[in-house]
Amino acid sequence: MGAQLRVYTQRIRSAQTTKKITRAMELISASRIAKAQARVAASTPYSRAVTQAVSAVASFSNVEHILTTEPEKVERAAVVIFSSDRGLAGAFNSNVLREAEELAKLLRGQGKEVVYYLIGRKAVGYFAFRRRDAEQTWVGGTDNPEFATAQEVGQTLVEKFVQPTSEGGVDEIHIIYNRFVSMLTQTPEVVRLLPLEVVEGAEDITDTTILPLYEFEPDATTVLDALLPVYIESRIFNAMLQSAASKHAATQKAMKSASDNADNLIRDYTRLRNNARQAEITQQIAEIVGGADALSSAK
Amino acid sequence: MAELRVSVVSADQEVWSGTAAQITARTTEGEIGILPGHEPILAILGAGEVRVKTEGERWITANAEDGFLSVANDVVTVVARYAALA
Repeated sequence: MGAQLRVYTQRIRSAQTTKKITRAMELISASRIAKAQARVAASTPYSRAVTQAVSAVASFSNVEHILTTEPEKVERAAVVIFSSDRGLAGAFNSNVLREAEELAKLLRGQGKEVVYYLIGRKAVGYFAFRRRDAEQTWVGGTDNPEFATAQEVGQTLVEKFVQPTSEGGVDEIHIIYNRFVSMLTQTPEVVRLLPLEVVEGAEDITDTTILPLYEFEPDATTVLDALLPVYIESRIFNAMLQSAASKHAATQKAMKSASDNADNLIRDYTRLRNNARQAEITQQIAEIVGGADALSSAK
Repeated sequence: MAELRVSVVSADQEVWSGTAAQITARTTEGEIGILPGHEPILAILGAGEVRVKTEGERWITANAEDGFLSVANDVVTVVARYAALA
């Protein structure tokens, strides 16, 4: 009987230590969400300005540009997956990866070849496990993304986009990331970055503001050439920041439920332990009483 | 008098915003001066500073290399990857 009591005590201890860890992780992510969200907010003016400029050029010039024209035949599409470096974030990574699989299936169904660009160790691990190739990967720093990384990713993508398809270039660029909706909701988002589909602003332009007729300096083509990498970079940086904020929120939620679960386990095991202890005491009393009875009846 | 609403933004933050009376910047073509009522323009910035003259006749200089400048309806946006006040 004593053995069972000891087993329960052990289980309670283990649940308690787990709870300490998950609680700490919960608090850490909770404190980081606010910072990550602030970074998303701080980068909004930039992406808004860039998006406005791009839409201005796209809608107010008749130049034929790689940025705005739809290629006749799309042979290869790049898919950029934004995952995290660490797990313990609920369905965070599996959501993005599932969306990526679906998108890849769709693209392959349209006769396009899919090349992957991966960001974050989790996506890299997923691909390595399935022995699939990725064109290029970036790991580390997904918790606190830096603009330099976004710039690097952007440059790589733009180079590939400008390259002819026969030389390994891509005709389309898709990105998949977790969008931070609120502390409770993060939705995986699939966006076609290039060629431009609909130019969406970070904020809807109200009807009262009429887009003016722009003058370009030096000329529309040059401005577009310069804007292309800037636009891609800003979208990628935004996706990275959103993904980071979502990761923290997802971790917080996952760790909160883990802590709650540990609480439940501790409560259940405590009850079982009390039961076992009581059973042990009852048995001991029964034994004593039985023994005393035996002694008194033997007289 | 009409005034310009200016914001200088870099990739990770808004560096400066406020109203101004005049702005000078260096584009790839040369120096450009912007006063209220300027026609809408989208220009690529060359190396050099962007100078903003505020209401109080004070000049604010910002480094905004490798970026662009857009003017529309007296709203001026200076956008650069790495912008900073000098």
